[in-house]
Amino acid sequence: MRAEMSSTSPSTASATSIASGRSPLAHHFDDLEQQFEASTLGMWVFLITEVMFFGGLFASYALYRALYPEGFAVASRHLDYRLGALNTAVLICSSLTMALAVRSAQLGRSRALRLFLALTMALGLVFLGVKVIEYSHKIHEHLVPGPSFRFEGPQARAAQLFFSFYFAMTGLHALHMVVGIGVLAVLWILAWRGRFSPQYYTPVEVAGLYWHFVDVVWIYLFPLLYLISRT
Amino acid sequence: MSAPMVESPRAWRVNYLNVSYGIRSWLFTTDHKRIALLYLVSVTLFFFLGGFFAVLIRLELMTPPGDLVQSETYNRLFTMHGVIMIFFFLIPAIPAVLGNFLVPLMIGARDLAFPRLNLLSWYIYTLGGAFTLAAAIFGGVDTGWTFYTPYSSTYSNSNVMLTAVGIFITGFSSILTGLNFLVTIHKMRAPGMTWFRLPLFIWAHYATSIIMILGTPVVAIAILLVGLERLFHIGIFDPKLGGDPLLFQHLFWFYSHPAVYIMILPAMGVINELITCFSRRRIFGYSFIAFSSIAIATLGFLVWGHHMFTSGQSVYAGMVFSALTMLVAIPSAVKVFNWTATLYKGSVSYQAPMLYALGFIGLFTIGGLTGIFLATLAVDVHVHDTYFVVAHFHYIMVGGTIMAYLGGLHYWWPKMTGKIYPEGWARFAALVIFVGFNLTFFPQFVLGYLGMPRRYHVYPDEFQVLNVMSSAGASILGVGYLIPMIYFIWSLRYGPMAPENPWGAKGLEWLVPSPPPPHNFDVTPVVTGEPYDYSPESEREHAR
Repeated sequence: MRAEMSSTSPSTASATSIASGRSPLAHHFDDLEQQFEASTLGMWVFLITEVMFFGGLFASYALYRALYPEGFAVASRHLDYRLGALNTAVLICSSLTMALAVRSAQLGRSRALRLFLALTMALGLVFLGVKVIEYSHKIHEHLVPGPSFRFEGPQARAAQLFFSFYFAMTGLHALHMVVGIGVLAVLWILAWRGRFSPQYYTPVEVAGLYWHFVDVVWIYLFPLLYLISRT
Repeated sequence: MSAPMVESPRAWRVNYLNVSYGIRSWLFTTDHKRIALLYLVSVTLFFFLGGFFAVLIRLELMTPPGDLVQSETYNRLFTMHGVIMIFFFLIPAIPAVLGNFLVPLMIGARDLAFPRLNLLSWYIYTLGGAFTLAAAIFGGVDTGWTFYTPYSSTYSNSNVMLTAVGIFITGFSSILTGLNFLVTIHKMRAPGMTWFRLPLFIWAHYATSIIMILGTPVVAIAILLVGLERLFHIGIFDPKLGGDPLLFQHLFWFYSHPAVYIMILPAMGVINELITCFSRRRIFGYSFIAFSSIAIATLGFLVWGHHMFTSGQSVYAGMVFSALTMLVAIPSAVKVFNWTATLYKGSVSYQAPMLYALGFIGLFTIGGLTGIFLATLAVDVHVHDTYFVVAHFHYIMVGGTIMAYLGGLHYWWPKMTGKIYPEGWARFAALVIFVGFNLTFFPQFVLGYLGMPRRYHVYPDEFQVLNVMSSAGASILGVGYLIPMIYFIWSLRYGPMAPENPWGAKGLEWLVPSPPPPHNFDVTPVVTGEPYDYSPESEREHAR
């Protein structure tokens, strides 16, 4: 391979930025644009792994739904679709506030950024709160799979499978919400310390991608678990 | 090459090894080269641990009756051997050691795109390894490395949970490595380093990263479901509770078949570099080799059902999986033909890395062709779960991946450590390994065809001769692996200093001093030509 050493090298630019102390540009990138592109691509790739992660569950769910259509229909009527719909609305609103947070970061409006981050976290907590209510109902009704599971009728086995998937899928989703809220809290602190600028808001953008993804997972979970063959 | 790089190799220079000292400078490093060495130490430990279990297995199989260990112990031995070798050695070996070291150097970058994530992936690997080690210490697992349900999820009384958690965690280190490589290859290439100027090692790692990213999460979810089932007694894989045990096999093999290509694709990437350098020829059919890596990665996701021909999956599914599996032979053969064509009329020299490369081509071909036997539905019914299968995948994994790993380790050792290893010993060890390997695993093809099932420690008397041959070969193979370990460590202290390009090889990694400076390139290189430019003109330039 032929290669020459260029005299006008981009690495001198990064060398000076290392010297200038707390620069947002990491030493191994040539410029902020490259860093931004790498970070967003990294998050997209991570989201692909998440799609495959949830995909395994969705595929298994689809398989059992096809094996036990009646059992799954009966069991899904034990879910409260009104709470599910409420949570769907809450998450869609949180996606809006997250998008507004990214926009504020782009425009360098630090106060607005912190406000929208806080709103997004609050909506995320509302979602989790509703989820806790739903879970506690299920515990009272003995619908948690395992030795304590009680379900009247011939569909008990299929219903237990349904609730296994219900808890696995919504539990994994809730875990992603918890992680997301933690990430937003860190961003809020960084924003408060003034780390972001219109030139550098990569973490906000990347966290936004993640947050929207977690919302989209719920958009699929809600009809799959609550709505199909309800009538 | 221009003048400023020429300097005496003995002059003291800041490099990535002497830039800082102390345990903290290693445990908190974000330098991809140091992380590669951390991985080198860890995977070597696991390699010898997995090898230790193999020694016990081969000792037991010296005699027909089960006289060394009991059946239950034997189940644990082959399970631990498989789990450790696959998840903790073969999958990380080439990507996390050689790939980590070389991907940024080969594309002219100062580091991987996410250096801290890279360090995190090593810690995740170590944590997963700790869980698995704990499982081994508390008595091991007896499910086989495949964790088939409902045995693993309901009935086994061994340390399934600990091992499952270990594998689950380690999977994320693989995902993060793949993510890091993918982004680095997309976004960090030096000016002029276009896609078709990339070394084929990079293409192979690109294809590997795709598999790591798409496959690993699926096995993670499968393991998670097994764990939930053991903890809460739910029945997703338990037929008694309405679950389907075959579903686990589908999810498991959706990852674990492509995982075989995680092991072999980077090995093929190494072979491209070795073959071109030691035959002094440009690669034959660059773009065919590049795209065959992508083709293997893609087809690899469509063939998992060939592990389930006898599991009760539909016979039509079996036919489709059989046909798709045969298709994988095409891109694999493209590579072998192109390597052979590259050798043709080359100035071939037989240094140790080349011996490994040539060994790889032969052994991989045998492993690949027997793979076609196994892809054939009717033949597979006959040899399924026999030693034929065991021999086949060891030809790919040991004869393929480990040969390439060792070849690559020898080839880049001067670059990684700045020291030259003893060439005579290295050639000797390569021959010992080749002989030992074939003596170990070729008899197993015969054993399997005659009907000896895998995973049993008791066998009829008529199989003893072949089993003793195999065990004898294993002892030679074991010695063959110890020799490089000894002279590599010896060379760290007593080896002569390596110049920046001891092989006269092409590629950006050979333009920087050995060992490389902390940020790889003091001046960003600008690439102006194709890789593997072993043309007569450039050779003359090098000779000067």
